[in-house]
Amino acid sequence: MLKTLSLFLVLMAVWLLLSGIYTPLITGFGVGSCLLSALIAYRMDVVDREGHPLHLGPRIITYWAWLFVEIFKANIDVAKCVLFPQKYLRPSIFTVTASQKSDLGRVIYANSITLTPGTVTVDLDGNQVMVHSMTEVSAEGIKSGDMDRRVTKVMEEA
Amino acid sequence: MELVLDIATWILMLAGSLLLLITGYGLLRLPDLYTRIHAGGMADTLATFLIFIGLALQSGFTLVTAKLLLVLVFVFFTSPTSSYALAQASFVAGLKPKLDGFGPVKKTDDDA
Amino acid sequence: MTIYAIAAIAILVSIALALTRAIIGPTSYDRILSVNAIGTKTVLLIGVMGFLGGRPDFLDLALVYALVNFIGTLAVLKYFKFGTLRGTLSKPRDNA
Repeated sequence: MLKTLSLFLVLMAVWLLLSGIYTPLITGFGVGSCLLSALIAYRMDVVDREGHPLHLGPRIITYWAWLFVEIFKANIDVAKCVLFPQKYLRPSIFTVTASQKSDLGRVIYANSITLTPGTVTVDLDGNQVMVHSMTEVSAEGIKSGDMDRRVTKVMEEA
Repeated sequence: MELVLDIATWILMLAGSLLLLITGYGLLRLPDLYTRIHAGGMADTLATFLIFIGLALQSGFTLVTAKLLLVLVFVFFTSPTSSYALAQASFVAGLKPKLDGFGPVKKTDDDA
Repeated sequence: MTIYAIAAIAILVSIALALTRAIIGPTSYDRILSVNAIGTKTVLLIGVMGFLGGRPDFLDLALVYALVNFIGTLAVLKYFKFGTLRGTLSKPRDNA
């Protein structure tokens, strides 16, 4: 029930950001539609730890900051690779093991791999993640397991 | 202050445009589908970020900036999902990645 | 400002390159990749064009376009993978 309330508040915040018109009638419509959406989500039983993961809280913000720096470095790496493929392009496929226990943690890990240019998750089966990487640098980045440890720390499972 | 913001916008958006051009070039140049996905991922992440942050600097603390950031967050959440779906679908369909690229060591005929 | 026009031209050139890949792309997955990339670039283009014309309200359209692009790519991929749009997107599990 608390989750449904926080879902309503998040929906309301997004609605207020997108609307920009704050007359009583329009805002009333907004409150009504957000209430209806929250109620339907509650009835459909989709407001759980996966659907509305507020419990990740501030830890995921620091993770995003770290991930952004990684994305920045990987972009420069891939740009170099596109411009000078003879020198840098070394495609490879390998499998790494995800140490997260929950599905949500694995999805965050696999999506982080895909979001970083130069590495793409090709297949996610159980805790085996098959990764296609473009350069040696990006492959080493995944194989070192740094990102895996950080995601596990975000999920507070280690 | 105004001048500093303008210069920052110029730098950010020029860098974003350059990345977009490299992405388009990569989509044409790279040898197989899986490596082209990497090139497409570049446009989805840093190029989008640079251009939208450049626009956000021009609009200041308004609802427009909030919307820009919302679009940015949305693109960052959805683009890996569709990339993964694409890579997985082509892998399931049996498309084999070309693993030696076009390196100088193992040069094959079709990548001259 | 001039930089908006420069960015818009760069986006258009990039879209043209992606479109070339969509035309010559050997497999249909190459074409889906190009269409997805064109969609992302169109989101950028809508945003920049809004600022170029002094009407940043265009960003609502950019948001909707990002949504439609995502759903459309997934729908096409699902159709290619299963031959139908019914059922779930995930792989059928053997042990479940």
